[in-house]
Amino acid sequence: MTENFEDIRSSVRALCAEFPGEYWRKLDAEKAYPTEFVKTMTEGGFLGVLIPEEYDGSGLGLSAATAILEEIHQSGCNAAACHAQMYTMGTVLRHGSDAQKTEYLPKIASGELRLQAFGVTEPTSGTDATRIKTTALKDGDEYVVNGQKVWTSRVEHSDLMLLLARTSPREDNKKRHEGMSVFLIDIREAVDNGLTIRPIPTMINHATTEVFFDDLRIPASSLIGEEGKGFKYILDGMNAERILIASECIGDARWFIEKASNYARDRNVFGRAIGENQGVQFPIAKAYAAMAAADLMVKKAAQMFDAGEPCGAEANMAKMLAADASWQAADMCLQTHGGFGFAEEYDVERKFRETRLYQIAPISTNLILSYLAEHVLDLPRSY
Amino acid sequence: MKVLVAIKRVIDYNVKIRVKSDETGVETTNVKMSMNPFDEIAVEEGVRLRENGSAEELIAVSIGPKQAQETIRTALAMGADRGIHVETDDEVEPLAVAKLLKALIEKENPDLVVLGKQAIDDDSNQTGQMLAALVGWSQGTFASELEVADGKAKVTREIDGGLETIQINMPAVVTTDLRLNTPRYASLPNIMKAKKKPIDESSPADLGVDISARLATLKVTEPSSREAGVIVEDVAELVDKLKNEAKVI
Ligand SMILES: Cc1cc2nc3c(=O)[nH]c(=O)nc-3n(C[C@H](O)[C@H](O)[C@H](O)COP(=O)(O)OP(=O)(O)OC[C@H]3O[C@@H](n4cnc5c(N)ncnc54)[C@H](O)[C@@H]3O)c2cc1C
Repeated sequence: MTENFEDIRSSVRALCAEFPGEYWRKLDAEKAYPTEFVKTMTEGGFLGVLIPEEYDGSGLGLSAATAILEEIHQSGCNAAACHAQMYTMGTVLRHGSDAQKTEYLPKIASGELRLQAFGVTEPTSGTDATRIKTTALKDGDEYVVNGQKVWTSRVEHSDLMLLLARTSPREDNKKRHEGMSVFLIDIREAVDNGLTIRPIPTMINHATTEVFFDDLRIPASSLIGEEGKGFKYILDGMNAERILIASECIGDARWFIEKASNYARDRNVFGRAIGENQGVQFPIAKAYAAMAAADLMVKKAAQMFDAGEPCGAEANMAKMLAADASWQAADMCLQTHGGFGFAEEYDVERKFRETRLYQIAPISTNLILSYLAEHVLDLPRSY
Repeated sequence: MKVLVAIKRVIDYNVKIRVKSDETGVETTNVKMSMNPFDEIAVEEGVRLRENGSAEELIAVSIGPKQAQETIRTALAMGADRGIHVETDDEVEPLAVAKLLKALIEKENPDLVVLGKQAIDDDSNQTGQMLAALVGWSQGTFASELEVADGKAKVTREIDGGLETIQINMPAVVTTDLRLNTPRYASLPNIMKAKKKPIDESSPADLGVDISARLATLKVTEPSSREAGVIVEDVAELVDKLKNEAKVI
């Protein structure tokens, strides 16, 4: 058996118990950021889990990080407001210079600096990130950034932002993923100096925005690694992100299954508990089996990642299977609750909306299937 | 001052307890376990004494199966300095726990032992009192406040209808009540540090204590389910029902 991180889990569980459904319901109604929750997670050091000890983090792997996120979601909380603080730094860690690492990582570990915004998606290129139009052009010892990103989450609650931009046109590069670079931008200095942030109201409480770059000048030292290799750099991070998001889905699924089981045991109709009917039991049991299977894939992917093995297929499958399992569980939970599932006070409808996101972000299901078809099954590239 | 806290691994307070179908006990397989909440309060109190300089060392003791070490790690992550695990898979009754703790007290010579007033699994509320009697120390049970100074402990006790404040001589046994403090959760860096703290392992046999059971459990059953209530029209109907149906007045 692999380590289950029970010590970490129980602490996260205790912490999350301070943030019950009412807390999240109120924020949901106000579309407000869970500042207190994020502060507690930060002070507990949980967001620094992946940062090496030499940079004042806990130096643990993805397996530990997935335990934290799963536990948060299983408790009925939502980590989306802060999960990116865990992993966005990965690009800096793997590809940044020593100077960048010593400057930023210890402060990210302590929470003094928040790096939890990541601008890749653009309105006109969608999933095809090689067609992004935002440019960063060198001008002396600065880069000048122009363009637009969409769905850039948590920018308003972040000090730094990782940005993917073109540093040379797509046509000038032999391969479509070349010519893009990654920058670490200081949002505090950029706002009103060429960076404009506009929140996007959405069906869930998710601090997401569109951001506009209008001749934003950033120091050349903002570049991470080498110019032109940015796309490759962010791909490494995407496997980590997918595995972590998958663990949130597992947590959600567990929450839905427990909530539904409790309700099925307690709710009496026709003089007996609805859970005495197989028509009610079976969907719960099915959701459980789907969750348990997906959980194995998430654990496998995390272990491979931690062992430094290539895990693109496993990370993608983990994300897809876990997102499907959480959505299946969500639908089942709503159905088990009947009309009461629609009442906000049960938290089911909110979690239902929240977990739906993972079919689409950070990568949609179709693109995972396309990836598997191309890279695992050797079918023609379809996209 | 040296402080010893006793902690028990129990079914998590959030878990809906289910009785085994053969009525021999409650279901514990695949059930979430954690530190008895009153013991968390004991650890927290010990950590506070440690932090404010009253205590130089805080030792966390747990008696139970192998997994009780996880519970000890939790105490270490909260701030205890080291742990002692007395391993046994048997059910240990309060008197046996008290005897084991007495044996450890003789080895460790603490000045203060803090325990939860009871464990939420069997709700015995006996161990602290039995321990104080066995070692002949003063006891302050159901503490909602604790001050230690000059070889004395001032303990505010939660008693029926109010609070009672007593002063007792050290060494002493104190059992915690809910309002004594709010336990901290362990931060991730402290969880990591806890992994490097030592846990001594021993067994009831090592300590020369016979833990064989003195009580036999005949059966364990679910509490009877509550009947739905009724709403009465007026006071007259209420009085009538109390008199003629419930026959309580
Ligand atoms: C709440 C939220 C937060 C987000 N946060 C961030 C963030 O912080 N940073 C960031 O960079 N992005 C973020 N995103 C963006 C997210 O990653 C994208 O929405 C996602 O990758 C899908 O891209 P798209 O919306 O442009 O969809 P499109 O690419 O337009 O796709 C639309 C639909 O068509 C399907 N499709 C497209 N191409 C194909 C094909 N070749 N074959 C089959 N099906 C196809 C897709 O699967 C999808 O269902 C966020 C999105 C949301 C909703």
